[in-house]
This record gives sequence, C-alpha cells and structure tokens, in this order.
Amino acid sequence: MGRITLDKVTKKFGEVEVIPPLDLTIEDGEFVVFVGPSGCGKSTLLRLIAGLEDVSSGHIQIDGRDATEVPPAKRGLAMVFQSYALYPHMSVRKNIAFPLRMAGLSKDEQDKRVSGAAEVLNLTAYLDRRPGQLSGGQRQRVAIGRAIVREPAAFLFDEPLSNLDAALRVGMRLEISELHKRLETTMIYVTHDQVEAMTMADKIVVLRAGNIEQVGSPLELYQSPRNTFVAGFIGSPRMNLIEGAEAAKHDATTIGIRPEHIAISPTEGTWQGKVGVSEHLGSDTFFHVTGTGLADAITVRAGGEVSLRYGDTIYLTPEEGKLHRFDAKGLRI
Amino acid sequence: MARSVTTRRKIVYTVLAWGVGLLIFFPILWTILTSFKTEADAIAAPPKFLFFHWTLENYAVVQERSDYMRHLWNSIVIAGGSTLLGTVVAVPAAWSMAFVPSRRTKDILMWMLSTKMLPAVGVLYPIYLMFIQLGLLDTRTGLVIVMMLINLPIIIWMLFTYFREIPGEILEAARMDGATLRAEILYVLTPMALPGIASTILLNVILAWNEAFWTLNLTAANAGPLTAFIASYSSPEGLFFAKLSAASVMAFAPILVLGWFSQKQLVRGLTFGAVK
Repeated sequence: MGRITLDKVTKKFGEVEVIPPLDLTIEDGEFVVFVGPSGCGKSTLLRLIAGLEDVSSGHIQIDGRDATEVPPAKRGLAMVFQSYALYPHMSVRKNIAFPLRMAGLSKDEQDKRVSGAAEVLNLTAYLDRRPGQLSGGQRQRVAIGRAIVREPAAFLFDEPLSNLDAALRVGMRLEISELHKRLETTMIYVTHDQVEAMTMADKIVVLRAGNIEQVGSPLELYQSPRNTFVAGFIGSPRMNLIEGAEAAKHDATTIGIRPEHIAISPTEGTWQGKVGVSEHLGSDTFFHVTGTGLADAITVRAGGEVSLRYGDTIYLTPEEGKLHRFDAKGLRI
Repeated sequence: MARSVTTRRKIVYTVLAWGVGLLIFFPILWTILTSFKTEADAIAAPPKFLFFHWTLENYAVVQERSDYMRHLWNSIVIAGGSTLLGTVVAVPAAWSMAFVPSRRTKDILMWMLSTKMLPAVGVLYPIYLMFIQLGLLDTRTGLVIVMMLINLPIIIWMLFTYFREIPGEILEAARMDGATLRAEILYVLTPMALPGIASTILLNVILAWNEAFWTLNLTAANAGPLTAFIASYSSPEGLFFAKLSAASVMAFAPILVLGWFSQKQLVRGLTFGAVK
C-alpha cells in the first residue's frame, strides 16, 4: 500500500522558501510524475517525501500514518537516484541485498529475493561484478533492483534516466512503465523532460517555483492547460502563444495553438507568413513560420514530408475548437 | 599542447633532481655511516667518507647501556595508540563536517588548524602542571592523550578531505536502504574511504613517532620513546657522535622501513582528490 498525502508542506533553506504551502495526494498504485524546469523544487519535494530533507512545516502521511518525523530508513520507501548511487565496493549481488541485510533478513531469504530481482531485470549474469564494470543502463537496473527487493510502499525516482543516452533512455522508460504495470506499486518520478512525463504518468504534477501549477492526467494537461505556463511546458514542440490584436479578436489576452492544430496551405488561409527553418523528422516536418506579425515564429507540424523551401509564402489556418484562450493573468478562460 | 623536452634539458634536470635528492638524503646517509665508525673516526678532520675502520661496537654499547626494546615499545604504544584513538574520534567528526555541514563548519576547521600554528612551548607550562596534578607525567597514557590531541586537527582535516570526495547520494541511498548511522559509516563510508583512512593513519603514526618536543618534556625513564632514547646520547660533557648516530639509526629504522613499504599508499593518499 502506498497512499501519500502532503498537507500544507513547506520547505525553507535559510530565508529562502523553495516550497510554499503545498497540498497533494498520491493514490495507491499511481504513477505520478513531478515535472518542471530546473530549480522548480521537484527534487526537493521528492526528498521531502523520502525524508532526506526535513519539512519546515506541514505534514506528510504515508498510508494514513504521520511520517513527518520518521527517518528515511523507516518510511518504507525506496529511491532510485540520478547518479544511481550504487555502492562501488560491493558486487551487484551485495548492492541489491544491502537493504535486505539492513532489514535483518536471513541469508536464504536474501539470496532468494536477489535472484528474483536479478531475473526480472536481466542481471543474473552480472551478479558478481562490481558497479564499475557495468554500463550505464545496467547500473540503472541494479539501482532499480536494490529498490524492488525491499517491496516498498512506494518507489521514488529522481531523474533516473538523465545520465543515459537517448536510445537507452527510451528503452528504460518502457522498462520502468512495464515494472509499474507488473508491481502495481505507487511510483513518484521526477523529471524535467516532459516527454517522459507524458509517456509514463498516470498523473502529472507540473511545478514552477515550488508551486503546483496543475495536476492531471497527461491528456488533461495537453487538452486543457490551466495557464500559459502549463500550456507552454506540456507538448513538444511547445504550443504557440500569441498576444495582441489577434488574441483580442478572441476576447483573450493570450491565445494558444499547438503546432499540430494548424493547417497549412500555399494559397489561402487565416494567417500569412514565410517559411523559416524547417526540421525534418521523417514522420513529421516542423516549420518555423516567420513574418506573420503574430509572434516571432509560429511552429507548425505537417505530417510526413512536405516540400516547402525557405522563404516560400505559406498560409496558416488554426483548427476550429483547438484554440486555447488565456486572460491577463495567464489563466485559462 | 604537449611541451617538447630536449635531451639536453632532460639530462640537466635529471642531474639537478639527483643532486637535490642526495643533498636532502645526505644527513641520513652520514648518520648511518657514522654509526659504523669508531668515536675517533667520527670526529676525524678531514671527515672520512667510506675508508674507515667499520665496526658494530656502537650498536653493542648502545644496546648494553640503554634498553632499546623498552623505548621501541613505548614508541609503538604512543604512536599507535594516539593514532588509533585519534581516528576513532576523527571519523565521526569528519563525517559530520563533510556531510552535514553547518554555517560554522569552515570556521571550526580553520580554528582546529590554527591550534597547530601556536608554538607548542606556549602551552608546555600549563600542560606540564596538569600532568603533575593528574599523575600522567612520564606515563604512556599521558603521552597517548597528548599526541592524540596534537595530531587530531590533521587527522580530521585529512579525513574531511577524503570524505568530501564521496558522493553524498551514496550515503543517502544507504539511509533509504534502511541503514542506521552506525551501519552507514561502517558498511558504506569506511570501505569507500579506506585508502584515505589508511594514509591518514600512516602519516599520523609517522608524525607521532617522530614528535620530540612533548615526548622529551613529559617523559623520563619510564615512558620515554625512541626520541628520548636518542636524546639521552647527546650529553653536555661532550658528544659521542658514533654512539649518538647508532642510537639514531636504531630509532628511525622502523619508521623508515614502514615508510618505504607504504610510500605508494602515502603518495596516493596525500594527492587523493587533487585530480578527478
């Protein structure tokens, strides 16, 4: 069981308040992703839940019990660190067995659980190696192995994939999602990569400067961002935000339209501009359209290969009903 | 860009380095040679370098006149004991300063180091009186305590430097894995810092072994270590250079051997963390 409740939790470092009063409930078995730009307090929040930092005020409950003053070792949570944080002087086997040894489990039970975890994570062949002899992906799996043998109430992941190369990252992303489906244990995952957030999460918590900007499922955040910050942060490439006269036509201070919700035509459309830099991904092409008078550049997605050259005149038409409207405070109308 | 080094320059530097090395080593070499001379040869002018009457007599006399083994044992107890005690105190101190520093940690480190800047003789009088009061004068226990206190700043500084190189996340991982503070220090921190701890211990054994000010002033016949053993051969009535040299060689031989076999460890320890 792993229901985690934060009740008016704050964190101050000296005089600086990095987490203003914050409430959040994470349901048992949920995969929750904390996402936000660097310095937004997402890692601090995770460390508060882990107990590696003390809260300045407020309460943290784990499974209905007040865990605010409970030391990290006794919270029943397991954590996977960005740097893997493996014990370099121990073999993979001893690394994975360490939490079990600390819990005072019998040698037989330790061996049984280590073998089980190694099998799940494809580490059986590497059990007698030292972390230094493993690749980045393997090290990350050892770190996950060390977390799962404890059968924790919840897993905490602190940017676990950011040290891996792009290909490996996609693979590990799937493995962690797969693990979540199989274990059905609460997972809290911190990342600054909104693609990771969108692909893995049941629930995304978008943070900025310690404040929760929005909580919701990936699609909720994508379809109805609560404010311009979330609108710009979720979705890749980011939403086009347009201010001024064009926005006023829609009774808004700012309007937003995603690159995939704009139709292009060489002959007619709502907005006229010139083709700037284009990015060809094979499956998609992204055009940065300049000279529209709306914003510096409007990003547009076109499916497949579209042959438009730099400097060509192009017409853009936003898809009806996909326009997001925001007021002067940046809040959704 | 790699610097080009000409052969001539190489030769010049090699000769220069050997020259400086020999210059530093010369007093030790001379002491060793003198210890095998007769007293007459030892003060001969011009000095005799290798062509003299080689004798082991000085060693026999020194061994006969004073109890070498007792002094050796005292040195071992004082150097070993103070280092061990110091390490036990310093590991938790360095741990807290490296991993849970406060705003004052830097000041405390500087303050500890500043005690090494004070001339030892400045506190000799109060410490001497305290030793009389506590009945610690001329006892190994007293010397172990004083040596431990004198070297503690160095032990803490060295351990602090090594500990700081260990990523805090690994200790946090241990905490998440259910390790108590004791288990964290014992199973994770200590094995990882072992090379550093080893060279700290080694250096402090050497420092304590060679320390002469406190050992000479606070001991007499009973707890005197090898430094006192050497000093007993420099008499005001006239020096017996050959016997003094023999005593010196007997005193520094053990630590020289220790240093020789552990030089790799020492150098590694002293430059640890300088480059990643």
